Amino acid sequence: MTKRPPEEVLQRKRGAEAESLRRAAEELRLAVIEMINRAGLGHYSSTFSAAEILTVLYRHTLRLKPSDPAWPDRDRFLLGKGHIAVGLWPLLAELGFFPTHWLEAFGKKGARLQDHPDMHSAPGIDFSSGSLGHNLSVGVGMAIAARLQKKDHRIFVMLGDGELHEGQVWEAAMSAPHFDLGNLVAIVDANGSCASGETSSIMNIEPVAGRFEAFGWRTVEIDGHDVSAIVRAFDGLPDPTDVRPTCIVARTLKGKGVSFMEAEPRKWHVGFLGTADRARAIDEIKERL
Amino acid sequence: MRKMCLQMVHELARHDERVVFMGSDLGHGTLAEMQSELPDRFYMEGISEMNLVGMAAGLAMEGAVVYANTIATFLTRRSFEQVAMDVCHANLPVRLIGNGGGLVYAPLGPTHEATEDLAIMRALPNMTIVAPADAEEMRQFMRVSVDHDGPIYIRLAKGYDPVVTDPEAPFEIGRAVSLREGADAVIVTTGIGPRIALEAAKRLAQRGIDAGVLHLPTVKPLDLDALEARIAAVPVVVSVEEHSLIGGLGSAVAEFIAEAGFTTPKHFRRIGLPDAYPTRYGSQASQLEDFGVTAERVEATVAELCGSARTVAGLGTMQRKGDGKWQSRMISSHPSTQGQRGTALPG
Repeated sequence: MTKRPPEEVLQRKRGAEAESLRRAAEELRLAVIEMINRAGLGHYSSTFSAAEILTVLYRHTLRLKPSDPAWPDRDRFLLGKGHIAVGLWPLLAELGFFPTHWLEAFGKKGARLQDHPDMHSAPGIDFSSGSLGHNLSVGVGMAIAARLQKKDHRIFVMLGDGELHEGQVWEAAMSAPHFDLGNLVAIVDANGSCASGETSSIMNIEPVAGRFEAFGWRTVEIDGHDVSAIVRAFDGLPDPTDVRPTCIVARTLKGKGVSFMEAEPRKWHVGFLGTADRARAIDEIKERL
Repeated sequence: MRKMCLQMVHELARHDERVVFMGSDLGHGTLAEMQSELPDRFYMEGISEMNLVGMAAGLAMEGAVVYANTIATFLTRRSFEQVAMDVCHANLPVRLIGNGGGLVYAPLGPTHEATEDLAIMRALPNMTIVAPADAEEMRQFMRVSVDHDGPIYIRLAKGYDPVVTDPEAPFEIGRAVSLREGADAVIVTTGIGPRIALEAAKRLAQRGIDAGVLHLPTVKPLDLDALEARIAAVPVVVSVEEHSLIGGLGSAVAEFIAEAGFTTPKHFRRIGLPDAYPTRYGSQASQLEDFGVTAERVEATVAELCGSARTVAGLGTMQRKGDGKWQSRMISSHPSTQGQRGTALPG
């Protein structure tokens, strides 16, 4: 992973090649395994479903200035499904938001980087999360603020499909088109699974795209592991001055990239890989590098 | 008071472009002038209070000072987690304006009666709580509310309450206001309490008891210096508030007295609403009377404490029984609904 000079503004559509993004997502999975191994417990499978999306956002799409995390013109990213913060930390460290040695303290007493994003302790976190359903509303407020300030940054909010069970999400979904917030982008990591079972069997939320559309959103449905498709979806976002917010429904697999997690994704929602399983997982991922 | 509060939001917004107003389906005409003059900074959100609070936090993150207004119960009960996490944990300049603090909406029933709002908000780190006594105090408070760092819960009283504060006195957040000096007792109060407390003090004076009144419009953080000075000087302290006896001003003062280490004994009672949901239909005034939050009760309590060496019985959530043991008192406001709950589902 290359280090960027931190003072640089990272522009949108940075032109990263699909193959390098694909490999970076796999490297992110390896980094996550490593961090959870040191911490002793963590959310593997729901992080892996989002690996490609997070990678494309941070290596290609978001306009950022790591040397100034509060830079007013940055694109905002809110991780509604905050339990996968472990997938954000390696990306933020790589961009220079904080020293890479912070990653080694993950899960240890006093660590700055925690299981859920905390804006008070980690640079690069635009809003804390952990309790599901809050962040789309916060994103609506930030998008209104961008309008008031006549700024062209976007606000991205990533939600899990299980998170869509929260009623507040639909309050926010109703309000974003009402306030003409084309600068707001919701990304649903639709891995079809919540902690205890398939989302459809616990509480069906499909058709996700149809529901957002009915609320007035522009929707795009993509394969959430196909980096080219993700890049196309983000590159094709309407201008932030547009009036319709966009919802990108990313179809993903919980546990994607490790065969035994894909087979039993709920078992790995929160878990810990033993030595043998960890070696198997790492080998599988490395084969694709 | 509500009218003054909202007028002040408009006034503040005229002079400070950070000020944004957000309401949740408030009645027709609410701040209509502000809406037409400053349409970009007036948002009438729908009936979705959780979203309202989250949006307010998002705007505040970007530099806005947001005045978010709806009925107090919906801000404090329904949106509690959003207030806790998005406003208080983030420590943002969101001003939650709660309509109908206490029993103002009594005719509308328990859904609308904010009788535990102070307790709920007090428990949140970073939260400041202000309950002005009248419209003039509200005006003075609103002037200083913009630049306050962090969130504020503003408890609104009914409106058109008689003015008991000095209209010229600048408001200082966290500072108590002495409304009457007194050598025998001090009545501590907040919100609409000063009117009751002052009336009680007047009646007590006629009986030869010199009771002071200390108004604490800021319930959190409490003005501990003022409390210490006033309580140290008298043997009797009575709190009065339009709030549950659990967790409000009386509780806060009790906590202080318990830990302040006064060298002389203090005889203390809380007067407030019992640990119960109101069951009878009625106005704010009639409910306050039913619950004994009245000048007569304050008068009698202060007089009793001034005349006796020790407190013999609690009036609120605890009571000493005939055998001398204490009993936590749950006033059963409703009979058990078990008989109404239906029979078991057919297996």
